[in-house]
Amino acid sequence: MAKFLRLFLLPILLFSSVCTAVDIQEIKIAYLTQEKQVPAALSNLEPFVADTGLQGALLGIKDNNTTGQFTGQSYQLKQEIVPISGDIPKVFSALLAQGYQLIIVNLPAAKLLEIQKINNKQALLFDVHTRADTFRVKQCLTNVLHILPSRAMRADALAQYMLKKRWRRWFLVVGATAEDKLYAQAIKRSAKRFGMKIVAEKNWLHSYDARRTAQADVPVFTQVDDYDVLVVADEQGLFGEYVSYRTWKPRPVIGTQGLVATAWHKTHEQWGAVQIQNRFKESAGRSMQEEDYAAYLAMRSIGEAVTRTKLVGTEPVKQYLFSERFKLQGYKGKPLTFRPWNGQLRQPVLLAAPTSLVTAPPLEGFLHPKNELDTLGYDQPETKCQ
Amino acid sequence: MNIKAIFLGSLLLSTSLVNAETVFVTLEKDDAIAVVDPIEGKLLRTVKVGQRPRGIQLSKDQKSLYIAVSDDDAVIEIDANTFQIKSKLPSGEDPETFAVNSQGTHMYVSNEDDNQVTVIDLVNNKAINQVAVGVEPEGIAVSPDGRWVVSASETTNMVHWIDAESNIIKANTLVDPRPRALSFTADGQQLWVTSEIDGTLMVIDVASKEIVQRVRFAIPAVGQEKIQPVGVLIDDKRQWGYVALGPANRVAVVNAQTFKVEKYLLVGARVWNLAFSPAQERLYTTNGVSHDISIIDLAEHKVTKSIAVGRYPWGLAVKP
Repeated sequence: MAKFLRLFLLPILLFSSVCTAVDIQEIKIAYLTQEKQVPAALSNLEPFVADTGLQGALLGIKDNNTTGQFTGQSYQLKQEIVPISGDIPKVFSALLAQGYQLIIVNLPAAKLLEIQKINNKQALLFDVHTRADTFRVKQCLTNVLHILPSRAMRADALAQYMLKKRWRRWFLVVGATAEDKLYAQAIKRSAKRFGMKIVAEKNWLHSYDARRTAQADVPVFTQVDDYDVLVVADEQGLFGEYVSYRTWKPRPVIGTQGLVATAWHKTHEQWGAVQIQNRFKESAGRSMQEEDYAAYLAMRSIGEAVTRTKLVGTEPVKQYLFSERFKLQGYKGKPLTFRPWNGQLRQPVLLAAPTSLVTAPPLEGFLHPKNELDTLGYDQPETKCQ
Repeated sequence: MNIKAIFLGSLLLSTSLVNAETVFVTLEKDDAIAVVDPIEGKLLRTVKVGQRPRGIQLSKDQKSLYIAVSDDDAVIEIDANTFQIKSKLPSGEDPETFAVNSQGTHMYVSNEDDNQVTVIDLVNNKAINQVAVGVEPEGIAVSPDGRWVVSASETTNMVHWIDAESNIIKANTLVDPRPRALSFTADGQQLWVTSEIDGTLMVIDVASKEIVQRVRFAIPAVGQEKIQPVGVLIDDKRQWGYVALGPANRVAVVNAQTFKVEKYLLVGARVWNLAFSPAQERLYTTNGVSHDISIIDLAEHKVTKSIAVGRYPWGLAVKP
């Protein structure tokens, strides 16, 4: 009875206070990215995808709007795809001026830093691109939520599985880019953390297109002391794919190629994942990639906060997302939540071979006093973030 | 000779059916159903039914089985004795599960990929309506009086109250993340809903459509993240409720008056769906990962038997 009265009264109140007949709550979300330079192709099989991230955001907003029909909420997405030569800070400032408070950002670490300085807590930023450990440990960014697993989380996931397999002696091969060095750092940290031994480390200095030369180069390059697995750090995929099956000794390859640690993978089908894989394929015409998954989760996090609080501002959304009430379903069998100290989304990390999902750490037996997902990456006592 | 064999066979089959109930189990990965004699503890036979069978229910006259064959985009009706296909119902795409009203006149199918519920007139075997619901609808139930059809959407995190008369959504209740299964109490006063991600059981008051109880589970030496409630059933007297806890490999016994969890019964791996025996003296569970079903004696609240049935058992139906 009381409920009936409330339902009856509510529209009257709205009509009396709002002059238009529209009583739908609008949620304005922006998606900010920059066009990418097409990288040198290593394989002709994997086409370059220009819109990673955006397609996930589009599916996410579609799902939010399906829910919105029942809650009287309408989500709108403004896409800002800045040309390679464009001025990101300018575009970002314009978004702030237009009142955007929820912004999904798909930009490299350096660019994220630039706009974060301008932001000054005005908007809540959902970083769907960076893996930088520094943002999770030292250079903590206020009002930024990091959706993808950091390099440390990925390395820890691999290390947990290697420990389980007792493949403890690692041979680390590092590529030439700055990102490769960061990945290698994360691997070394995990090795120490889980009692692995890096028996050899080498930098890959050979010509970039390894397609024709790998057969000759890799066997020579991999003649080192005995090891159990070769860990490759090649984030751009310039040579890593050509290490497997060409090593001097028959050893598996893990890291950025071979058995990879990733937030999402096309082989993943457990915990309802097959449903979102299908829905994504239908809407995007391709399979879902990590940044798509991250943008989808960013959008769904906003949806959860708005559905349950009916509030759309920076502060209330942030508060809800950091609260105990927030539990996101991310098709990985565990509720996903944010680490309040650094804004990192807690999540299982998938370990995948090209056509089969191997496992999804945290693995059984890796215990944590608060949340087993915190066995991956920098835990609260290890960071300076608050 | 042949005729004799068939005659004898059917005689044997029918005698075994007279003595005991038969349990039918959909096997998601075997494209088949298992036919089980639960009293003898025997798998009688396996019958191919179509691709990826999941939801299953006995018809009101007990002569047919309805089975959702998801990857064939159909709900089929097969003869419960001969297993011949009688009809293919226009279920819409990717039907996962469905519910039939107590009069046996209408079926409501969850179309997970299309975010809708298809309404089928079972008298004419025709789809008569499609109701748009939230993202990834799964659990579905009809109130005992046939007034409400309730659909749970897993990603929208809502249960939608569809008025069975008009097929229009009249109310929505926001629930804990990833609601999986739901079940009305026999008196129609409560709707019990499970949340897989939050690990909760919610009891919704049908009159107000509000959550009035939230039950949490805790099992010694089993991690909280393993507790992922799925199937739920309440006995007719509203004395006990039973909740399948997924990878916790247990069925929770909930006092349906006090909402206290009285016991956790260890069954097979990744326990999924539940079904009562006709007189509710036993409970059957499908255990997805251990490929078997468990039988629980409800007088003692004890697991008495498990029977291997085939790959990925999903749903069950029991024929007296």
